[in-house]
Amino acid sequence: MSTRKEEANFAKSDQFNLTMLPGKFAIGLRTCKIFQLFRFVVINIKMLIVVSKSH
Amino acid sequence: MSRLIIMGGGVSGHTAATFAKKWLGDKHEVIVVTPNSQWNWIPSNIWVGVGQMTKEQVTFPLAPVYKKAKIDYKQAKAVSIHPNGKADNDDAYITIEYTEDGKVGQTEELGYDYLINATGPKLNFGATEGLGEGSNLGEHTVSVCTADHAEHASHELEKIFAKAKAGERQKILVGTGHGMCTCQGAAFEYIFNIEHEAKKAGVRDMIDIKWISNEAFLGDFGMGGLHMKVGGYAVSSKLFAESLFAERNVDWIIGAHVSKVEAGNIHYELLDGSTGEESFDFSMLIPPFAGVGLKAYDKAGEDITATIFAPNGFMKVDANYSAGAYENWKASDWPRTYQNPTFSNMFACGIAFAPPHIISKPMSSPNGTPINPTPPRTGMPSGIIGKAVAHSVCDLITKGDSAKLHEASMAEMGAACVASSGKGVFNGTAAAMTVYPVVPDFEKYPGTGRDTDYTFGEIGLAGHWIKHILHHLFIYKAKVKPGWTLIPE
Ligand SMILES: Cc1cc2nc3c(=O)[nH]c(=O)nc-3n(C[C@H](O)[C@H](O)[C@H](O)COP(=O)(O)OP(=O)(O)OC[C@H]3O[C@@H](n4cnc5c(N)ncnc54)[C@H](O)[C@@H]3O)c2cc1C
Repeated sequence: MSTRKEEANFAKSDQFNLTMLPGKFAIGLRTCKIFQLFRFVVINIKMLIVVSKSH
Repeated sequence: MSRLIIMGGGVSGHTAATFAKKWLGDKHEVIVVTPNSQWNWIPSNIWVGVGQMTKEQVTFPLAPVYKKAKIDYKQAKAVSIHPNGKADNDDAYITIEYTEDGKVGQTEELGYDYLINATGPKLNFGATEGLGEGSNLGEHTVSVCTADHAEHASHELEKIFAKAKAGERQKILVGTGHGMCTCQGAAFEYIFNIEHEAKKAGVRDMIDIKWISNEAFLGDFGMGGLHMKVGGYAVSSKLFAESLFAERNVDWIIGAHVSKVEAGNIHYELLDGSTGEESFDFSMLIPPFAGVGLKAYDKAGEDITATIFAPNGFMKVDANYSAGAYENWKASDWPRTYQNPTFSNMFACGIAFAPPHIISKPMSSPNGTPINPTPPRTGMPSGIIGKAVAHSVCDLITKGDSAKLHEASMAEMGAACVASSGKGVFNGTAAAMTVYPVVPDFEKYPGTGRDTDYTFGEIGLAGHWIKHILHHLFIYKAKVKPGWTLIPE
């Protein structure tokens, strides 16, 4: 029987069972340097817009 | 020559002071009265609290910076405000008490033309039995609210990790220490840093980590939660936060008012009126915030504190304090200029101003205990408000009393928050979040109250890099180094 490690926490509590957990792909993207470099640029631009809208 | 006094040299007051001096030049006087000799970039205290940074990396001495900026610096705490002067003199003044070595306890009267109150919060540990006395942290829990607290927390955490390594199961409890706390974000960041460090130290399996907070739902953050776009959906921060906790195997208790803290144990009451206890080996509980307890007197020495300050000790400003029930709350209740309604030469910025009401939905237990977060005034709004207030005062000084005041409503202002765990370049992760506006405006943005194009959250290395960069940028800016004005608040 195959088990997905990233889904194991669903079973640990009723509270955990009712939320969402990231799969391998989503977890991988979080540390993928190229993707994160791109997100770094995007987040910075969004934050700068928020800053400029706030002044 | 006019004199501006700024009480409090933290995030908001320091921003106000440095901009005011830059704009006013040598023609006018800017004085900062603040009790600490060191400036502290408070958000990075989290890293001190897990031993990833030293106290020295998050603080620097204020005196040389103020000397360079030509700001007059009094290492003292403000004690009272006398806006109409005294019996034989109409000039407004404040009284201060020095905290500087060699002058401790000495008092002085300082006259002012304009006054900015940026005294931030009193860390009100005394509000919860056993959490501490007055503004002093007690012996049962730790705190990360000051750099010293964070250093102490890190030493205590080390002991927990050592015990876990030796095979002794440990229990960590992090969150809010009262039903009326704010600053959930700091506790949120701390709990995930502990989790990260425990994993790194190879002791995660030996440690149970639990969250306790006064939020009605996880991800409320004192802002009534927020909605963000994920995978084509607009989703509540509840789902985002719960997912983070579940992924890291961190259990939670929410809607909790911690009523009593004792050695290794807390007592709490929940929104449904039930009560419970939770044991711990290590606990960091954020205290509730209050105003720092400044007093105000009229010419005859009569106490007029209640005229200038709200009952929670924060200074009244141009907010709508009579909005009444939750159903009547509007974005326009929130202050725009931060001018005191009674004394027009007095302003408040950062945490020191009295909000019109909370942002989250008000809640209480059937026993009548209020259990809801109070509004967060995080770094970005505190800096922006400090700058706007400084701008207004400078215009009043240079253009006269009819100058238009600058505005910075939290209902038209965003905030960026990055909760990052780990300190390495590639082995950390962060939840980066922006919210726009901080105070939801349901008239402008029906449904969520916010602009979902600019309210977002995501997890990854990118946010972690941003947090590191912000640490260095803000300390650079606070040191008034070349180009400091180019770094936004
Ligand atoms: C652990 C922690 C982590 C945080 N992390 C983040 C984060 O990641 N991002 C974010 O945006 N915000 C964060 N915040 C919130 C942020 O630190 C505050 O929003 C900000 O410090 C508020 O600025 P302030 O100037 O109003 O108050 P403070 O920065 O607290 O400054 C108040 C100043 O007034 C001085 N003072 C006190 N009493 C007197 C008196 N009687 N007379 C004169 N001076 C006085 C104090 O010594 C202090 O220097 C965090 C807060 C904490 C506690």
